[in-house]
Amino acid sequence: MKRITRAVATACALGILAATPALQAKTFKWAFQGDAQGLDPHGLNETFTLGMLGNVYEAMTRYNGKMQLQPSLAVSWDNPSPNTWNIKLRKGIKFHNGNSFNADDVIFSWKRTLTEGSDQKVRGSMIKSLEKKDDYTLVLTTPAPNPVLMQEMAFLYIMDKEWSEKHNATQAANVKDKNSSGYANLHENGTGPYTITERQPDVKTVFKRFNGYWGKTADNIDTIIFTPIKEAATRVAALISGQVDMVYPVPVQDWKRLENSAGVKPLTGPEARTIFLGMDQFRDELLHSTVKGKNPFKDQRVRAAFAHAINLQAIKEKVMRGASTPAGLMIAPQVNGFNPALNTPYRYDPKLSKKLLAEAGYPKGFGLTMDCPNNRYVNDEKICQAVTSMLAKVGIKVDLLAQPKSKYFGKVLAQNNYDTSFYLLGWTPGSMDAHNVYQNLLSCQNKEKKRGLFNLGNYCNARVDEITGLIGGETNPKKRQALIDEGFKIVQDEVGYLPLHQQPLSWGVSDKAQVVQRADNVFDFRSIIMK
Amino acid sequence: MIRFIVQRLLQSVFVMLAVAFIAFGLFRYVGDPINNMVGQDTSLREREQLRKDLGLDDPFPIQFLRFVRNSSRGEFGISYRLRLPVRDLIAERLPATLELSFVSALMALGLGIPMGVYTAIHRKGVISQAFMATSLIGVSLPTFLIGILLILLFGVVLPWLPTFGRGEVVQLGSWSTGFLTVSGLKALILPSITLALFQMTLIMRLVRAEMLEVLRTDFIKFGRARGLPMGSIYYRHALKNTLIPVITVTGLQLGSIIAFAIITESVFQWPGMGLLFIQAITEADIPVMSAYLILIALIFVIINLAADLLYVYVDPRLRVDSAGSAT
Repeated sequence: MKRITRAVATACALGILAATPALQAKTFKWAFQGDAQGLDPHGLNETFTLGMLGNVYEAMTRYNGKMQLQPSLAVSWDNPSPNTWNIKLRKGIKFHNGNSFNADDVIFSWKRTLTEGSDQKVRGSMIKSLEKKDDYTLVLTTPAPNPVLMQEMAFLYIMDKEWSEKHNATQAANVKDKNSSGYANLHENGTGPYTITERQPDVKTVFKRFNGYWGKTADNIDTIIFTPIKEAATRVAALISGQVDMVYPVPVQDWKRLENSAGVKPLTGPEARTIFLGMDQFRDELLHSTVKGKNPFKDQRVRAAFAHAINLQAIKEKVMRGASTPAGLMIAPQVNGFNPALNTPYRYDPKLSKKLLAEAGYPKGFGLTMDCPNNRYVNDEKICQAVTSMLAKVGIKVDLLAQPKSKYFGKVLAQNNYDTSFYLLGWTPGSMDAHNVYQNLLSCQNKEKKRGLFNLGNYCNARVDEITGLIGGETNPKKRQALIDEGFKIVQDEVGYLPLHQQPLSWGVSDKAQVVQRADNVFDFRSIIMK
Repeated sequence: MIRFIVQRLLQSVFVMLAVAFIAFGLFRYVGDPINNMVGQDTSLREREQLRKDLGLDDPFPIQFLRFVRNSSRGEFGISYRLRLPVRDLIAERLPATLELSFVSALMALGLGIPMGVYTAIHRKGVISQAFMATSLIGVSLPTFLIGILLILLFGVVLPWLPTFGRGEVVQLGSWSTGFLTVSGLKALILPSITLALFQMTLIMRLVRAEMLEVLRTDFIKFGRARGLPMGSIYYRHALKNTLIPVITVTGLQLGSIIAFAIITESVFQWPGMGLLFIQAITEADIPVMSAYLILIALIFVIINLAADLLYVYVDPRLRVDSAGSAT
């Protein structure tokens, strides 16, 4: 009897084991509002393209889910003298086509970023020379000391030299080349955890797990299908109906709908992007204002009046539906150099604004035109409309010119001679470091030194300019932070800019999936877990 | 006849040139493509170099002549946004738009004509009134609203149909078709209804108006006096006479569906030429925009030419006139 029972028990156990399904191949589907520009890793220096390709290609370093720098294709590096770096590369890595990764591939990729069609020339020119000491050791020199070099290298993707030569892809895909479409734009061969098995630009991209990947990742996915969905309503409907497992961006007003729908939820948080207002402080007479003969923004009191007229809490609650994080600094907390002690926004005080305007000689205010994009940042046009009405209360009559980003940037940037008096802009430092903000936004405009390119109003302070140069080369973290703090404090006291807030990240995720949302809005496949 | 055709062909060339000229003139106002082609870190010098290399700072007449010369050779250049040849992009997207357009046109005709005949015959019936009322909805609601409502109803609330995309497609040579797969056919339903609604209403009302007029003519009365069955009178005799204006309008509408299915394609993320065009506008992708406009002008010119030739063929009066003027 006992023997039979035991036999039956064993048979049952075996039966259950046999009936348990083998680990199923999981498919994950997601959608974004646009598509990556192409598969060429040096083709376009744009967050979404680089983020998506970061799952297929890799660089010497990478950011993890908390935006901390990690070794990737490089295992270690040191900086023995200001302009020299020794880099040790990881051994045993294979490209998707089976070729081995070594120092030659890194050197080739660096040279490729300097070719005509490449949009990574800025990163490429951070390296002056790259020498191979052996297959897995490199000696890198920089033209000037650069403490955040390895942060910048996180987006300089490494390609396989032999594969690129074989397919005539040694030059980055060039728009002017009428004959070649660029092999690398439609095909990939990286070292990342996923390969691309199907690519139809603007329609569908299919990723498959790469079984020869060198590392261990948390995800349990086998196939990923990506489709761009341009219309926000369609995107959200696709998520709710279950046709896709994750979408972004989700309009802020749909968060409630996602919370109330079964099987999906919104995933939100502050992005490392600061939205701010800028003012023309350079010209002797504003291009677009009712004040003739002088520039009101040259007076610190006028700038301070503008600052105190804006109610960031109201913008957060009414325009951003509670989703934004008011800011006092031009960088977000996730950016290196952030100091919470300095992050107090300007106080909302319209009475003080009126008083300052009267003192500065504009008791009845004045009129001016504000430039604003309407399809670039979250609720950008609505923010500008709110600012317009707030300024009207202190006597400033703003004529709002909100345009699509192609027209907006075509008007206000350097190539059109910074044709703006008052504008809204958003910025994420590519290196997640304050120096990028100093160089592009806070330094005086200087074409030769490549500074202040996006400082559309040409806020110019000699000491801040000096600090930009110093923090570019200062390697002692404490000294560097002190300099960064000093510069930011000057900008705040002088009211050089009007920081508004960090805009919200807005993803929609199915309850079946778990993903990690990075502060730079990059979607890293290594973190996807499906139940 | 030959003179007529040659005349029309010459006119078509002028039309194409005029479209190219107007379109090209407008491109100066769509915004700056360079900013969309480079990242925020790219230096000013490189941006200006790219602008020079692409010939974007040449004066307008030079840019236009270069454009006409290249287009006549079929060289539309490389898309600024996707860095792929524009010719290949359009060829890839054409099947999707054409399939959608033809299915909507068939739906519009297949439902519109019978409904038009029915409402003409039973002018005061309840069902006729219902048809007329719902058809009004078809014309008064904007296309994107209809599309979104259909998605919500049949994709989210009742999860019967896909909410976006084209489903699985089968590649037959260079043509990708959604007709051969179940998911492809399912994906075709909602977009074609959205696109067909307006045309169907138009055709229905046109057929109804024409039928009402024809039904009052003498030869219909004689047919009834003779004792012919009503079905034969309505569908064999009356309907044929109503079809000439219907064919003309349908031809024009077909061109318009192909060219301007932009909104429907946007809402349903249908990977056709319309979606390509709207994305090109957003990113100021001038090569794609100009190629698309030239292609659409060509389609309209061909359709109108065919319609005019068909007209001369079908209506003997026009034939006699042109023969008379030639002598």
